[in-house]
Amino acid sequence: MTVPELDSTVRLMLNGAPREVVVDNRTTLLDLLRDRLDHTGTKKGCDHGQCGACTVLVDGRRANSCLLLAVAVDGREVTTVEGLADDEPHPLQAAFVAHDAFQCGYCTPGQICSAIGMLDELAEGWPSAVTADGRPPSLDDAEIRERMAGNICRCGAYPNIVAAIREVAGGD
Amino acid sequence: MTRTWQAAPSVGHPMARVEGFDKVTGRARYAGDVALPGLAYGWVVPATIPRGRVLHLDVEAALAMPGVLAVLHQENAPRLTDIGEGTLFLFQGDRVPHWGAPVALVIADTPERAREAAERMRVDYLPEPPDCVFRADHPALYEPRFVNPHNETVTEKGDIDGALAAAAVVVDAEYRTPAQHNNAMEPHSTTAVWADGRLTLRTSTQYAYAWSQSLTRLFGFAPGTVRVLSEHVGGGFGNKGNPPRPDSALAVMAATLVGRPVRVTLTRPQLWPLTGYRTPTAQRLRLGADRDGRLVAVEHLAAVQTSRLVEFTEQVTMYSRPMYAAPHLRTGHQVVALDVPTPRWMRAPGEAPGSFGLESAMDELAEACGVDPVELRLRNDTADDPTTGLPFSSRRLADCLRVGADRFGWAGRDPRPAVGRDGRWWRGTGVAGAHYPARTVPSTAHATALPSGEFVVRVAATDIGTGARTALTQLAADALEVPATVVRVLIGDSDFGPAQGAGGSTGTASWSWPVVTACRDLAHRLASGEAVPPHGLTSTFDSTDAVRARHELARYAWGAHFAEVAVDVTTGEVRVPRLTGVYAVGRVVNPLTARSQLLGGMTMGLSTALLEESIMDGRFGDYVNHNLADYHVATNPDVGELDVAVVDDPDDELNPSGVKGLGEIGIVGVPAAIANAVWHATGVRQRELPITPARAAL
Repeated sequence: MTVPELDSTVRLMLNGAPREVVVDNRTTLLDLLRDRLDHTGTKKGCDHGQCGACTVLVDGRRANSCLLLAVAVDGREVTTVEGLADDEPHPLQAAFVAHDAFQCGYCTPGQICSAIGMLDELAEGWPSAVTADGRPPSLDDAEIRERMAGNICRCGAYPNIVAAIREVAGGD
Repeated sequence: MTRTWQAAPSVGHPMARVEGFDKVTGRARYAGDVALPGLAYGWVVPATIPRGRVLHLDVEAALAMPGVLAVLHQENAPRLTDIGEGTLFLFQGDRVPHWGAPVALVIADTPERAREAAERMRVDYLPEPPDCVFRADHPALYEPRFVNPHNETVTEKGDIDGALAAAAVVVDAEYRTPAQHNNAMEPHSTTAVWADGRLTLRTSTQYAYAWSQSLTRLFGFAPGTVRVLSEHVGGGFGNKGNPPRPDSALAVMAATLVGRPVRVTLTRPQLWPLTGYRTPTAQRLRLGADRDGRLVAVEHLAAVQTSRLVEFTEQVTMYSRPMYAAPHLRTGHQVVALDVPTPRWMRAPGEAPGSFGLESAMDELAEACGVDPVELRLRNDTADDPTTGLPFSSRRLADCLRVGADRFGWAGRDPRPAVGRDGRWWRGTGVAGAHYPARTVPSTAHATALPSGEFVVRVAATDIGTGARTALTQLAADALEVPATVVRVLIGDSDFGPAQGAGGSTGTASWSWPVVTACRDLAHRLASGEAVPPHGLTSTFDSTDAVRARHELARYAWGAHFAEVAVDVTTGEVRVPRLTGVYAVGRVVNPLTARSQLLGGMTMGLSTALLEESIMDGRFGDYVNHNLADYHVATNPDVGELDVAVVDDPDDELNPSGVKGLGEIGIVGVPAAIANAVWHATGVRQRELPITPARAAL
């Protein structure tokens, strides 16, 4: 039995391609990606915005896709881990492999999407909790660690994640 | 056994994970990632009382909701075989064994509809008064027949009470560790599909073969019916060990009932009551020594909890059996069954909490004797296992301590506590030893030469993030005497035959034996001129007889951890700017992934020391902080500089690869090293974990 009043049509750009899909209004962006659009690179770790495994880029900004209803991304651009590589892997993807910046790999798509969004925020001068007052933030390990605090890696690859991001972003 | 320590082309060199690019691009498919036509979704209805009976479930209302295909519950579930595993004996009666136990499963055509119906389902209970709170003096504590998995409950050597009475120095202290939850990033998920008389499960397991066997027996299927696939697993830390977890049995029931593929994925909060956790522990340590700190007596007793469903007794005090020399040595365990979820393995079960007890007590002994804590441990080193008298296959604890002290800069440390004030911080340093059993379990592997010149190795191993797939590729390549690029190792398929799971630091040690032996045999056959037929030439090896023929020896990996802490003088917040870990772990196959495993263990040790605690609400039997906002695990800014080193540890008495596991030793002793450092910083002993600001505040 269908309940048409609970459905909506959502149009979004997913990794550069237009998509139109009718969704149950209760559907999160994460479940839309995973269950409807077969984009399972984005992972569900907690479904509560607590772990960061579901991080994607929405209009270029990092976001927890489990906390966004699918209907909320109507007309917006969504980039997932599947959309980062062209013919070659994204430099962060290559650096994560080279630095062994993951073990089980389940948090990894979220870590990489988060790192891309984080580096843009840093380049725009957004301060973090460890940024010195009145100064533009610099790309040091303390800033990377603080700004990646929303992405849990239970395997404990944090030092390698920091090294991979630092290599790609340059910095101190 | 022949010595295997000569340089090898692949083994011993860093190699990036063979599935690395699949994982960073999102191509790697985990259990819940496979798209299937007609897939239905099961959603657990959890019990909301800790003890009692289910009187009535409003199934009709659920069935009337949109998209609901069926509801599984105590009145319509298939009858199961009692395989001695109460957590899988689902819907077989009306008893509620603990809060969060499944009382029904709603199956619907979309996850949103399944969830809606499950969350709306009305269940009437007849509650009974529960007993959910663990206490060290609980009147129902008893000595079990064995401790996990099948070890002696009590060991006793000499006259412990007499030795303690006569000892010049005695430390007598109690230590406590809380319940902790594994919290692998991937929640448990199983997708069950019937096709052509066989049932295929894609599931989050560390033990693909064992799960296929257990589920076959549970459901009374014909042998060979169940195939378990676990190509990629998003972490486990024991939480996806054997026995199978309830999501797998529920998915089998549901797929059988509705006649289409069904996926059951547990939510993060559902993991707390359904998949296992580390028991809380209460430990008492009594150490007796002479004035120079030489131990004459070690007594280590522990109390733990289990559920009403299964007797699982964590082997907490086994840590003290081989660790330090003592002529009088007693270890023992007691357990109490409560109306709580079933505890299971969590990274280094036994050794992780047990090392907090012994290595903390050793620090107190060092203080009492006025002996440096590193020197104290060196003085109590031993050539033979102090409990069994067996010689060690290798024992490099002293090497680890000496190399670690050197790397860390231990020399010249002022032993006095609370002398390291530095602005808003008290600074201090601490040390702890570590060991973990080096076990090898019989397994089977197949090596196939293809006409193309490529090789395929099949073994029902699992890579939960350990790097096992890559390590086995390197070991196989060297055994075949070919480059690793022409070797493909296939794992995570129970159809590959009996094999150990990824647990207890046994994986690579166990799988490598048949992998290397089958590959050597295949290489020999090819060198002898045997032709490769179109379907390939295969050698198979089962290591059962070879493993059982080994000498009886005490086999362990060894380690030492050094911690520097800074304690905020106002808030009591503890930071760990620096940890050094030095290990003797046999032969290191892949230095890149080995370092990662050890880093990960140390990080979980840091997390255990400072953050992790599952809080029981005794009224409801619920671990109330059942999510990743309220249960804290270490995040990126919690982790400072981690220094990892290994010492040379050639050990010919293990397996043909000389491999000891290293998934667990990294966590062992880290909480004690940090607690000892907090004492050094502040002068306040930390005998209970986690060391929260309230506990560290001066």
